[in-house]
Amino acid sequence: MTDEPLLRVAALSKFYGSRVGCDNVSFDLWPGEVLAVVGESGSGKTTLLNCLSTRLLPSSGTASYRMRDGQFRELYRMSEAERRFLMRTDWGFVHQNPADGLRMTVSAGANVGERLMAVGDRHYGKIRATAVDWLSRVEIDEDRIDDEPRAFSGGMRQRLQIARNLVTGPRLVFMDEPTGGLDVSVQARLLDLLRGLVTDLGLAAIVVTHDLAVARLLSQRMMVMKDGRVVESGLTDRVLDDPRAPYTQLLVSSILQV
Amino acid sequence: MPTPLVVSDVAKSFTMHLRDGINLPVVAGVSFSIKAGECTVLGGPSGAGKSSILKMLYGNYAVDEGQIIVMHEDGLVDLAHASPRTVLAIRRQTIGYVSQFLRTVPRVSALDVVAEPLVERGEEREAARDKARALLAKLNLPEKLWALPPATFSGGEQQRVNIARGFITAHPILLLDEPTASLDATNRDVVIELIAAKKAAGVALLGIFHDHEVREAVADRIIDVTAFAPGKLAA
Repeated sequence: MTDEPLLRVAALSKFYGSRVGCDNVSFDLWPGEVLAVVGESGSGKTTLLNCLSTRLLPSSGTASYRMRDGQFRELYRMSEAERRFLMRTDWGFVHQNPADGLRMTVSAGANVGERLMAVGDRHYGKIRATAVDWLSRVEIDEDRIDDEPRAFSGGMRQRLQIARNLVTGPRLVFMDEPTGGLDVSVQARLLDLLRGLVTDLGLAAIVVTHDLAVARLLSQRMMVMKDGRVVESGLTDRVLDDPRAPYTQLLVSSILQV
Repeated sequence: MPTPLVVSDVAKSFTMHLRDGINLPVVAGVSFSIKAGECTVLGGPSGAGKSSILKMLYGNYAVDEGQIIVMHEDGLVDLAHASPRTVLAIRRQTIGYVSQFLRTVPRVSALDVVAEPLVERGEEREAARDKARALLAKLNLPEKLWALPPATFSGGEQQRVNIARGFITAHPILLLDEPTASLDATNRDVVIELIAAKKAAGVALLGIFHDHEVREAVADRIIDVTAFAPGKLAA
């Protein structure tokens, strides 16, 4: 375990005109840590995720990322090309809607292989072998490798998107409602898969979800957001078992018991 | 004998914001220590705050006041004010916990649920599974259940998976929240045996046992939690 965080976020804010996207968010993320960001629609959690993944530029604040050489780099001062490179190699982004993260008109194998080629792999046989291996890790049968994701079910598409993101061995993965819109049985399978991969690969991840059960299962730490602000943060089980902020208490008391 | 955990002047209350912000004090002035090789038992009626105390010691409940000093990695750490990251490290290396109920994860087998804490501490998966098998066999969990996720198990079966998961590691401090509540006499005796083995290994145990027989068998010392009732502080 290293003593330095992977990502340092300080006073990050994003305003849309006079409206608040997210306001004054600060935290550190260490390697191997999964941070859940929870809150209802419009709480600013997706804005935060998009700022952190540099898909959106914040209005103020800083985020620095520890590169593989150990140096911290300020994300919003990098050139567009450097950010794109980071996004392709060291990071992953799992969208709620797999169609946003996949290329729907090329084969499953190509969806996975494309990321490998982006980091410089050129050997076709090796790329295909890696793609097969990753498809099996996300429980997609090898004989589907030449099918397009259009022909896949929602759960399969989401698993393919995860394979596409993890194949390059990223150190940080952003996930936006990764299990949203899936049947519960499909969701359970996906959660179990994600949990296993995150532990085995020692990934750091930031998971945005409105589902507290998903947060409990995947994350060690949690931030609760409301109206763009962090109203409570801490260990996931502490926040859920002993919620302190009025809004967190409301969220926790609103969970349906099965 | 070393004293790996010292609790001093800890207070805890719940503020219910959805009930007009009423404040429910749970305990105050909680002070005690536990010793290596001993089993200390928290006594007192339901609602006295026994489970709350255990949960604070595991970082599961926030602490309003006071300190919880833990011997962790050759140093002393105040768990009551530690960062989430430090609490996680303490849970991994220093403090184990057997909760009252097993929180199950879909699709993970009983065997892997039990082996997981060892794997997290860096042990080989197969070696961890071997230890898990031995422990589940000792607790008389039928072998045909080992490969199944425990979600559909009976209460007693889940409890035994939970106990195995808690006892498999060599944490120097072990917290037990009614580990024998839903067990039959045979398995209760197995747990008593396991606790005796932990004591012999120098582990400091702190537990809640409603079962008289078990308490008689394992307790070296009983702390009466009613002494920490919030109103009694002045007395």
